[in-house]
Amino acid sequence: MSSAKNININLKIWRQKNAQAKGSMETYKLDNVSTASSFLEMLDQLNEQLINDKKSPVAFDHDCREGICGMCSLYINGRAHGPETGTTTCQLHMRKFKDGDTIYIEPFRSKAFPVVKDLVVDRSSFDRIQQAGGFVSVNTSGRTIDANATPIPKHDADRAFEAAACIGCGACVATCKNGSAMLFVGAKVSQYALLPQGKVEATQRVLNMVRQMDEEGFGNCTNTGACEVECPKGISLENIARMNREYLAASLK
Amino acid sequence: MAKSSVLSSSIAKKVAMALSGLFLISFLALHFSINLTSVFSEEVFNSCSDFMGYNPLIQYVMQPVLAFGVVFHFVMGFVLELQNRAARPIAYAKNNGSANSSWASRNMIISGLVVLAFLGLHFYDFWFPEMNYKYVEALPQDPTRYYGELVHKFESPVRTGLYCLAFVLLFLHLWHGFNSSMQSVGFNNKFSRALHKLGYAYAVIVPFGFIFIALFHHFNQ
Ligand code: HEM
Ligand code: SF4
Ligand code: FES
Repeated sequence: MSSAKNININLKIWRQKNAQAKGSMETYKLDNVSTASSFLEMLDQLNEQLINDKKSPVAFDHDCREGICGMCSLYINGRAHGPETGTTTCQLHMRKFKDGDTIYIEPFRSKAFPVVKDLVVDRSSFDRIQQAGGFVSVNTSGRTIDANATPIPKHDADRAFEAAACIGCGACVATCKNGSAMLFVGAKVSQYALLPQGKVEATQRVLNMVRQMDEEGFGNCTNTGACEVECPKGISLENIARMNREYLAASLK
Repeated sequence: MAKSSVLSSSIAKKVAMALSGLFLISFLALHFSINLTSVFSEEVFNSCSDFMGYNPLIQYVMQPVLAFGVVFHFVMGFVLELQNRAARPIAYAKNNGSANSSWASRNMIISGLVVLAFLGLHFYDFWFPEMNYKYVEALPQDPTRYYGELVHKFESPVRTGLYCLAFVLLFLHLWHGFNSSMQSVGFNNKFSRALHKLGYAYAVIVPFGFIFIALFHHFNQ
């Protein structure tokens, strides 16, 4: 692109050798970063520089680099997935930054997301919540009924689809002042609670998923709404209210 | 699943927090209505206060329930705050909270603590003398004393100032708290938008109404 130019930036990055090490913020200077490059490409460029200087490269998570897998993370300049809303870190570009900027890059911080190395955190607590109930049990013997054979009101199907857009990135936890996972769990509970296929196991699902969420050490939602703003998939707070209703109904059964 | 783990779950605590908050909100509406009468009529204020002070149902049932509600609310508030702090053992070097949430929503513990400090002063000013009057010195019922007692407390500019300050923080607490409690109990539907307006209206009218009453008596001495 013709409007692209090169900028020089300062980086303050969390470095931590391993899960046990203490870790600290380190400062790096990186010159000639194209504003047409993505944020993760900028980190690749930094890592080349570090390797050339015989230093250890910065570990960070990524996979699809197109906003669908939920693998990338990073707390950039005080915000999960950086300054833009509705995007993941891999969708962030350097044109958002100016020459001479100092950029803070930290791992997603949560007791339930321990740092593995540098900017990489272990989000398997989310997997364990899913395993506690985030599924529909079906008999896959070959006699399954086509999902389309079950009529579902359009409104419910749309809400379920919106909830299912959650990619499990953990930005909601990272941005929440309470380190609460309720947006994630609310989305996962809702995506099934709204559909007839999910209703069968609804009671146990919500009880088990919330129990697992609490056991993992996530905090309690105080409805600041920060998660909804920072969520790259626009998951709505309605899902938390729905989870609370599901939970109240389930606990009375 | 064991019922005990359901009751101690994060969602149960949130709902309990919301219900105690909503209970305090309804109590405060009543308290405000009675205080407001003091601006219009000494007689009405005196007779309402006398009723509240000597009605056995209010004295022996509602008053203990209220005391429990207040203590429950702030103790639960502390418990949640401590758990929430523990959920992020290492703080961010740089955090831009105002990019995605209001100050009032992020600082409920601060506004709550100021309101708690105010409650200390409030009890010292009104509740202890009242208990002393009724039960320690066991003075006779006097349905005309309340207005004078109220007005007397707003003589001092320092005390009036502290009252006003506390109510500004109560305003912030309720600005977030009213609507937050709706979300906590799972109420988020097509009526929510109208209810949000009601919540904001309450959060403005009641605290600033109390401020108005305090200033009214202060300047009307
Ligand atoms: C006595 C001092 C007080 C303290 C220390 C306190 C503390 C707190 C804290 C920390 C929260 C946030 C917890 C959460 O949202 O989960 C909260 C929420 C709330 N408070 Fe208070 N508070 C106090 C007094 C009051 C009063 C007097 C009222 C009403 C008149 C009130 C109404 C509320 C409401 C409605 C909520 C929202 C509950 C929810 O989010 O579900 N609080 N309080
Ligand atoms: S709710 Fe949004 S922020 Fe949270 S894990 Fe899902 S996609 Fe990420
Ligand atoms: S790397 Fe897949 S969403 Fe960012």
